[in-house]
Amino acid sequence: MRMLIIAALLVFPSLVFSQDAKTVEKLAFGESDEKVEAIAALVAAGDEKSAAVLQAMADGDLYTSGKRVLIVKDDAATDAATGGKLAKVPEDKEDITVNNRLRRELNGALAALKLISPKVEVRHAAAKELLGRAEPAMLPLVKKALGKESNPDVKAMLEQIAAALELKAEDRATRLAAVRKLASSNNSSTKTLLLSFLGSEKDEELRAEAQKSVRAIEGSVAWGERLGVVFTSVSLGSILLLAALGLAITYGLMGVINMAHGELIMLGAYSTYVVQNLFKGSAYFDWYLLAAVPAAFIVPALVGMALERSVIRWLYGRPLETLLATWGISLILIQAVRTLFGAANVQVENPAFMSGGVEAFTGVVLPWSRVVIIGFALFVLLLVYLLLNKTRLGLFVRGVTQNREMAACVGVSTARIDTWAFGLGSGIAGLAGCALSQIDNVGPNLGQNYIVDSFMVVVLGGVGQLAGTVYAALGLGFANKLLEAWQGAVLAKIAVLIFIVFFIQKRPQGMFALKGRAIES
Amino acid sequence: MNRLYGARGWTILGVFGFFVFAVMPFFNLYVSTENPMHVSAYWVTLLGKIMCYAIVAVAMDLIWGYAGILSLGHGLFFALGGYSFGMYLMRQIGADGQYQQPMPDFMVFLDWKEFPWQWWNSESFWWCAMLVVVVPGLLAYVFGYFAFRSRVKGVYFSIITQALTFAAMLLFFRNATGFGGNNGFTDFRRILDIPIATPQTRMALFAVSAATLIGTLLLARWIVTSKFGRVLAAIRDAEARVMFCGYDTMYYKLAIWTLSAVLCGIAGALYVPQVGIINPSEMSPANSIEIAIWVAVGGRGTLAGAALGAGLVNGAKSFFTQAFPEYWLFFLGLLFILVTLFLPQGVLGLLNRWKKSA
Repeated sequence: MRMLIIAALLVFPSLVFSQDAKTVEKLAFGESDEKVEAIAALVAAGDEKSAAVLQAMADGDLYTSGKRVLIVKDDAATDAATGGKLAKVPEDKEDITVNNRLRRELNGALAALKLISPKVEVRHAAAKELLGRAEPAMLPLVKKALGKESNPDVKAMLEQIAAALELKAEDRATRLAAVRKLASSNNSSTKTLLLSFLGSEKDEELRAEAQKSVRAIEGSVAWGERLGVVFTSVSLGSILLLAALGLAITYGLMGVINMAHGELIMLGAYSTYVVQNLFKGSAYFDWYLLAAVPAAFIVPALVGMALERSVIRWLYGRPLETLLATWGISLILIQAVRTLFGAANVQVENPAFMSGGVEAFTGVVLPWSRVVIIGFALFVLLLVYLLLNKTRLGLFVRGVTQNREMAACVGVSTARIDTWAFGLGSGIAGLAGCALSQIDNVGPNLGQNYIVDSFMVVVLGGVGQLAGTVYAALGLGFANKLLEAWQGAVLAKIAVLIFIVFFIQKRPQGMFALKGRAIES
Repeated sequence: MNRLYGARGWTILGVFGFFVFAVMPFFNLYVSTENPMHVSAYWVTLLGKIMCYAIVAVAMDLIWGYAGILSLGHGLFFALGGYSFGMYLMRQIGADGQYQQPMPDFMVFLDWKEFPWQWWNSESFWWCAMLVVVVPGLLAYVFGYFAFRSRVKGVYFSIITQALTFAAMLLFFRNATGFGGNNGFTDFRRILDIPIATPQTRMALFAVSAATLIGTLLLARWIVTSKFGRVLAAIRDAEARVMFCGYDTMYYKLAIWTLSAVLCGIAGALYVPQVGIINPSEMSPANSIEIAIWVAVGGRGTLAGAALGAGLVNGAKSFFTQAFPEYWLFFLGLLFILVTLFLPQGVLGLLNRWKKSA
């Protein structure tokens, strides 16, 4: 055995004599703690070769063969310590197992090494990754990167990282500078860091400074959070608005209790799915929504018109019967979709321009899909408004709503208007489905999740007009999200439902009741 | 006596009583299992379950058929009764659960050391039997008081009862609510310290359900033929006029609404030991609407028709879900549409029409 080692030493002198090689050896053969030390050492070295070794280890390409450590990739082996190529991959190579703890360390280390990448985007992403979770061993590397950095954004983040690490410095002046530097952060993990610093720091002046910094961070974090809550509330409100707009027409204007409304939303989502499949593989995939939006309007609109002609027409004036019959329709639609597309959820992909998001504040990412949906909701709202108030169809619909007999007397074909209005409401439900397909699971039960919410919005807003629906949707969106931040999603939902139950008892006609003499309807 | 039913009515009730109290027990317990005439446990459980549904349907008919109030929340009262009695059944398991602990399994799983307040005294049969009546009754009374006082009616009432049920379902899905979350209660072993899975216990539960159904039918019939029932029907047809005649309609509606909820709770309590499980999906809005279709199929405002409708629809359901599971929803959906369009009086109305024209 000893002979073998001596022989090996003679052949590969670098193994023993270079500091680097020792580290690599520790990385491959050492105990867990030693491996962590080795990773830290490699990060501190911060050169190309160390990066390659760590990357290989993270990818599972690092092997041992006897006493040597090899990077094996695409059937070519490289000696990890020296960087020399081997003629062929040894037969006796063995995996180096990477446990969860090591994997965490490795990911951090790799992110740190990316700080010196030549590409700005890579450096930006790496700096963001490291904000608030850098290891002390990375300090030299961060400083090195800071010296070279030219991009102001990345530089600011690097300064934050460095300051966070320097909190633990021996030198009092360094610590003071670090504490002051951190005040400009708007990241909540920095606050945690400063609080733990307060726990261990003895120096009074430093403590005062740290508390000042904590307050400054709390201020900016709170703004970020508030902005986030406002955004998610508006986003939820816009979704509720989309889901309820169609119902505002069929129920609000026509008085039809359409329990199949949710299923019309679901049909819109499935229409989007079918159009998406037609575009799959084509170069225009990113633009499939342009075709999907009309399809998601037309299919449910046609289904809605057929339903109005065949079933609902015979039940006008009998709301409870309408409720039961449309519930039956919803069951049939659910089962039909289940038979056609299967009971499992189907995959609707976002176009490329809707994935990702824009970061308005640190930690507050506004997903593009949500932003687009808010815009889409406004677009649909405008469309409905124009349709109802500026077109002949809208005039007739409003006329029939206000006084059916009078409208008929002056020559409006009320039966035909009913069909068109119901088709319009169904089509708008379909548009809601198209929007939901971008952010929610698309399955046969999609509609069931929205039917109660949609009715709540319309009932809360008051029957018979759009403005109430808009306010109610946004109001419910805010109420839901604010309560959610305070008590969790389920309790928030329950609280909102109970609130509505009581609200209806106080104001049965909703927030914006039409004035009139209708005592009993 | 004669005021309640005519001769034909009493005969049908008598035949039904003979069937459930004599025929079923005899062919289930005293005819050996090899004999082709033997009635298997499957049928006893299925009929027992359907009779519980029939009680709910009669309760629903009282409020919808006679007072004109369509509730989409009767599934909630049913489930509350079931959960109240389920607590007792869970305590009866004792230390025989999966974990061999004195606490119910789901509490051991959640690492709870003591019973939450809702479970106070739940080891007592009489306490839980009282909860079966009081919990749905109290909820219905409070909810109904506010709703009827502010004259919420028609579709608005239906929608807020649905919202209430939906909220309750979300609440019961939470583990922290203390009723087993998603899984609810199951795996019952004993009732009144008697093993629950024996043929004798099963038949006893069956007989109690049958007696309750008959009692419910008689009580409901007595109510609707009394003066109270006439006022209810008047409220259904023209509430404003009844008010102008000097009746305070709110208390009439509140009384029948609360009674209806209590009957549902009792049905739920009978249902749980027979079916062996209760979970929050019983509160899903779909279940409550289904109750309405039982009544509509049998015939609104006929009581016996409601019970018949519950039997027909649930019989069809257990047939379809076994033979053609994918067609059940089509069938149910069509049933909803066809009954509302073409059978406003239900099956019983159809029978009466035939009899008149014949």
